[in-house]
Amino acid sequence: MAVPILKQGDYLIASIQAALTDSEVLGLRDDLADQVGKFRSRGIVIDVTALDVIDSFVARSLRTIALTARLRGAETVIVGIQPDVAVAMVQFELNLEPLQTALDLEEGITVLQGATRGVDEDGR
Amino acid sequence: MERATESLPQPPLKAPEIDTSLLRELVAYLRQGRTELRDEWVRRITDAQLLGVMTADEIFSEVTAVYDNYVDALETGSVETLQAYARDLSERIIRRGVETHEVLGIVLLLRDVLARSLFVHYQDDPGFLNRILDAYEPAANRIAVTVGVSFVEERERVIREQQAAIRELSTPVLQVRDRLVILPIIGVLDSQRARQLTEQLLDAIQANRAKVVVIDITGVASIDMTVANHLVQTVKASRLMGASAIITGLSSGIAQTLVDLGVDLSMMRTVGDLQGGLEEAERLLGYRVIQDVAAASGVPPE
Repeated sequence: MAVPILKQGDYLIASIQAALTDSEVLGLRDDLADQVGKFRSRGIVIDVTALDVIDSFVARSLRTIALTARLRGAETVIVGIQPDVAVAMVQFELNLEPLQTALDLEEGITVLQGATRGVDEDGR
Repeated sequence: MERATESLPQPPLKAPEIDTSLLRELVAYLRQGRTELRDEWVRRITDAQLLGVMTADEIFSEVTAVYDNYVDALETGSVETLQAYARDLSERIIRRGVETHEVLGIVLLLRDVLARSLFVHYQDDPGFLNRILDAYEPAANRIAVTVGVSFVEERERVIREQQAAIRELSTPVLQVRDRLVILPIIGVLDSQRARQLTEQLLDAIQANRAKVVVIDITGVASIDMTVANHLVQTVKASRLMGASAIITGLSSGIAQTLVDLGVDLSMMRTVGDLQGGLEEAERLLGYRVIQDVAAASGVPPE
């Protein structure tokens, strides 16, 4: 099942509903890169609340998505990492640097607003 | 002498087949000499300076109860009543700081007092004395073991309860402002506690929607490599959940240890004391705390 991507103002929201296969991860990456360009989005929120495992492949893919999106002018925030998942990721030394993380969708939007405020004032 | 020849070929380990009339005789004797034997026992306890934390009256009333229970147990051969009483007694005296060696000492003293009095009473008839002792010794030893084990079991139960209470209480996560929680850590940090602490903190971040966490370790006396790494992991995990962590109250000893151990603290935000940590947290959250000078100097509001 492909991950639905919702457009909300300047931002794109991708909410992952179930564990992803490798090809779905790659599909998500391509879709996001496309849509960032299409909608001229300035931020992406990827919601992983439903994931109970984040392995090294998913972590690396999330990083790749973020770096790709940044080259296209959008910041990425990962939201909804569960406590158990966070502990496991730290133990396996997976890190999402340089990605930003936030508690939930609302918080993620706030982070993006903070990160893109400077751009607004420049009158992009 | 006829009795002696009868009892000698019998191996002492065959005690279970004791003549009940012997036990009856023994119990009757102990009942009869109750006051005297009890007083002798109290005197021996006091001489041995056992039960120093209890008053003479308390010792006397406990001793009376134990003595009667003891004789009942000898009579019936069932230690259940005595066991229940010993549990109950242990629960009362453990809180007063009575030690295991005292309890064992007291029970053994009673055994000695009674045995000695049996010697004196039946010394004219060694054969009968032998048989009385055959009846008395296994029963008395069984009672001594029961009381000792009851005490130790009770003590272990109290210890287990207290450990559970410490585990429950030792890591509260407190919300002090909207989106700001503090985690004061007091006592010894071992890796089990550090793991539990991480779990509680992350759950609290989710429940309180915390954005900043202040971890105060003023009350932690020492820290080792494993625990330091646990702290670093806790901070990283909080970061993944969108909360930044501030560590406060690193004593100079702990700071030195961390540097000596070479723990990588580059990603940890540390502040000297809890007050500084809270101020830093407020700054991160955009709070500005302003003192109302008039209110502070006691001028009543209009």
